[in-house]
Amino acid sequence: MPALRVNGRAFEVAAEADTPLLWVLRDTIGLTGTKYGCGAGLCGACTVHVDGVATRSCQVLLGSLKDANITTIEGLSADGSHPVQRAWIAAQVPQCGYCQSGMIMAAVALLRDKPRPNAADIAAAMTNICRCGTYPRVAQAIALAAAGTTGTTGATGATGMAGATGANKGGGR
Amino acid sequence: MSIGRDLDRRQLLSGAAAGIAGLLLPFSLEPSARAAIVSGTTGATSTTGAASATGTAGSEINAWLRIGTDESITILIGRSEMGQGVYTALPMLLAEELECDWRRVRVEAAPAAAAYRNLYVVKDMLTGGHADPAPGLAGEMRDWALSLAAGPFSQQVTGGSTSVRGGFEPLRRAGAQARHRLIAAAARNWGVSPAECLARAGLVHHEASGWSLSYGALAAAAADLPSPGSVVLKPPGAWRLLGTAVPRLDLPAKVTGEAIFGIDVRRPGMLFAAIMASPVFGGRVKSVDAAKVQSLPGVVAVVAIPDGVAVVADSTFRASRALAALPVVWDEGANAGLDTAQIFEGFRQALSEEGRIAERRGDAAAALAGAARQLTLDYELPFLAHATMEPMNCTAEVGPDGVDVWAPTQAQDGARAAAATAAGVSADRVRIHTTYLGGGFGRRAESDMVTQAVVIAKALGRPVQAIWSREEDMRHDFYRPGTVQRLRIGLDAAGLPVAWHHRIVCPSILDRIMAAATWLKPDQTSVEGAVGLPYDLRNLTVDYVKRNTPVPVGFWRSVGHSHTAFVTESAIDEVAAAGGRDPLALRRLLLRGNPRVRAVLDLAASEAGWGRPLPPGSGRGIALHVSFGSIVAEVAEVAVAADGTIRVPRVVCAIDCGTVIHPDIVVAQMQSGILFGLTAALAGEITLAKGRIEQGNFDDYPMLHLAESPQIAVHVIESGERPGGVGEPGTPPIAPALANAFYAATGKRIRRLPLMRAGGA
Ligand code: FES
Ligand code: FES
Repeated sequence: MPALRVNGRAFEVAAEADTPLLWVLRDTIGLTGTKYGCGAGLCGACTVHVDGVATRSCQVLLGSLKDANITTIEGLSADGSHPVQRAWIAAQVPQCGYCQSGMIMAAVALLRDKPRPNAADIAAAMTNICRCGTYPRVAQAIALAAAGTTGTTGATGATGMAGATGANKGGGR
Repeated sequence: MSIGRDLDRRQLLSGAAAGIAGLLLPFSLEPSARAAIVSGTTGATSTTGAASATGTAGSEINAWLRIGTDESITILIGRSEMGQGVYTALPMLLAEELECDWRRVRVEAAPAAAAYRNLYVVKDMLTGGHADPAPGLAGEMRDWALSLAAGPFSQQVTGGSTSVRGGFEPLRRAGAQARHRLIAAAARNWGVSPAECLARAGLVHHEASGWSLSYGALAAAAADLPSPGSVVLKPPGAWRLLGTAVPRLDLPAKVTGEAIFGIDVRRPGMLFAAIMASPVFGGRVKSVDAAKVQSLPGVVAVVAIPDGVAVVADSTFRASRALAALPVVWDEGANAGLDTAQIFEGFRQALSEEGRIAERRGDAAAALAGAARQLTLDYELPFLAHATMEPMNCTAEVGPDGVDVWAPTQAQDGARAAAATAAGVSADRVRIHTTYLGGGFGRRAESDMVTQAVVIAKALGRPVQAIWSREEDMRHDFYRPGTVQRLRIGLDAAGLPVAWHHRIVCPSILDRIMAAATWLKPDQTSVEGAVGLPYDLRNLTVDYVKRNTPVPVGFWRSVGHSHTAFVTESAIDEVAAAGGRDPLALRRLLLRGNPRVRAVLDLAASEAGWGRPLPPGSGRGIALHVSFGSIVAEVAEVAVAADGTIRVPRVVCAIDCGTVIHPDIVVAQMQSGILFGLTAALAGEITLAKGRIEQGNFDDYPMLHLAESPQIAVHVIESGERPGGVGEPGTPPIAPALANAFYAATGKRIRRLPLMRAGGA
């Protein structure tokens, strides 16, 4: 039975060797934070870290993962306090939220490689698809995380950050 | 199908000369599936991640509110959270009047129930977007008559950018009524008059004595008190919560992976069903060789579903792998020869037919005949898929005490009806549990996936999650209708428009969904946005030629506006060019009598630096559109490289959505609507060949990525008028703004979308 290390825990997995890691995580281990979007390596919704590298888990087969250390969104922090998660809240990034586990995992890997990414680095690393159009806020949250200015967990008001683009004009009340 | 690896999808589809006859082929009903299904750490129930922290104990104050003895404030929301922020904006409406402590507010998805029906969306549909009552007695009379007419069609549904518009009064009233009852309960307890008491931050105070009691302590008593009939709502100037950008309540669960979407639902003993419907619309399964897959690992059954077949196994991957290996022979039916070219040829021919009148001002025919010049402009827009990030899915359990359905649905009543029919029970035996939606955009107003899940769950007698591959999702959508439209515009000697005849040819959405709404008027979802233009056009006719095709059509973010705005706002630009006028100046001229609309246009133009020179190969385009009660203007900048590559570096957006409930959600929805519309305008196109949808995944139905996204600046005008919608109005103007910018950059006019095919590289 293939063994897998996920978020620091060892699992014996009763699945065929040609099962994509995505489905092992979701259906066998029960970690549903990692999402299915395309099954073809095109969208990034399934992004996890394999030995610290952002990896599209729909494209990695269980049989190839001997001794690998896997981190999923659930393993990032116990309580949403990872700096990137905090930045995501500060910039009020998610809308439907479905792509966001993959987005966050990609961003964490980017910031580990390049703690001060420029716009081109962000554009090159963040190839995940978001159908809700959260891209402007994804870029903004990465910048916040890089600058270490994510504020306290969840309590920051959104307008100052996300509304970098928002201005209120006129007066109704 | 690529639930699994990047297999060659087309080969699989055509190769698996796929199908099924008979009802059910349960060759192996194995109650104790080999691998026990690991239930998620999340233990999904009826609630979503946002709600899971909430205790269930507490007093029901009304349909929207439960107050716990632990001071928890649970607000039940009958609209679906699909990214647009209703799990924050709607609770704010109630909480503002309730005077509770916002930090204690939790949201729970409401069940399907009459209290949550959306009368507003039907009224909006019947009136072509004018559901709000006008002030005065005449307005009230009209609203009363309209409510009477809309009543029978009203259902619990999220759509039409109606959540805040429709909830603005009822939810504030519910909060105010609850507050009155809490105060009454405290006053009775103290033996004082309610008038001497005051509610603030979850406490009722008696000023004179200094006594106070908490909502948690009062809830049970308040629940037994009658609701006051009428209440006075706070004036906007007294609002503390509304109009502020409080952090969204659903986001903490969405950055940790805890939020439960449809595909995350886990039930004890649950099986997974991979779905394949006939690749040709209207086709059916002729035969299926179930024996070929029954020995594959984890496979439990092959089940016939309407128009297709499902393989059920103990995991998603095992089910999908077996489905890919299943030999199916299809009866392709009458549509096996259908392709997009034929469909559009039919649309083009229909342009010469007289349409059903949707709007008439003055005499367009006479004005055209007398015009100094005529422009005849034909536009074509493709069918489009929704491509929500979460593919279609539904989980169902059919038991002796009824049917449970866990669904990322926009249509709780529709899902309930579909489940009842599929299970053969009455609707009151169906319980709908709404999960978070991984995108909706109108696709999840349909209940086809609910029918499938219930049919399979009933056949197997076990909970089943039916899940579609991305390809299945792309090929079995209810598409944004493809359309051909013609504008005949008469210009006077000064080049100003004196006649405007807009003819729309497209399939009808309401024919399938609510045919009665088209008895008195043509399908409003086909003509909305073309009717009621804000411009001073005195001789105007809009007519509609209906052309239904076998391609299913449905609501796609902004619905009819998504195509009509492209036509009207491209045409206004063409009028400007024909008369040698600046596009902004012409619009301003035609908006002389409409200062509220003109202010939005002006703000977008000035923020975009309209008129300031751009480098060669670049251009700016402007578009304005009124939809769902909001006015939006957008300016797009386009840069076309020597090799034809198109970039959109910047978009400036101005919106007047009346009274703003949550300013940051307005900004987010504008960003979202713009990127959604831009993706479609640049590259979105669904085509058919041999009766099949040709696109399958994000390689051939491409999405904008972060790298290609423009910088977007959003400017919100707080006009203080009635709230307008924000989920959809950002989408319609971007396609014409893009085409107009492309024209400014290249001199080439785009009359056919997507731009990448029609004009650029
Ligand atoms: S699901 Fe893996 S990249 Fe889309
Ligand atoms: S937040 Fe909805 S797909 Fe990204």
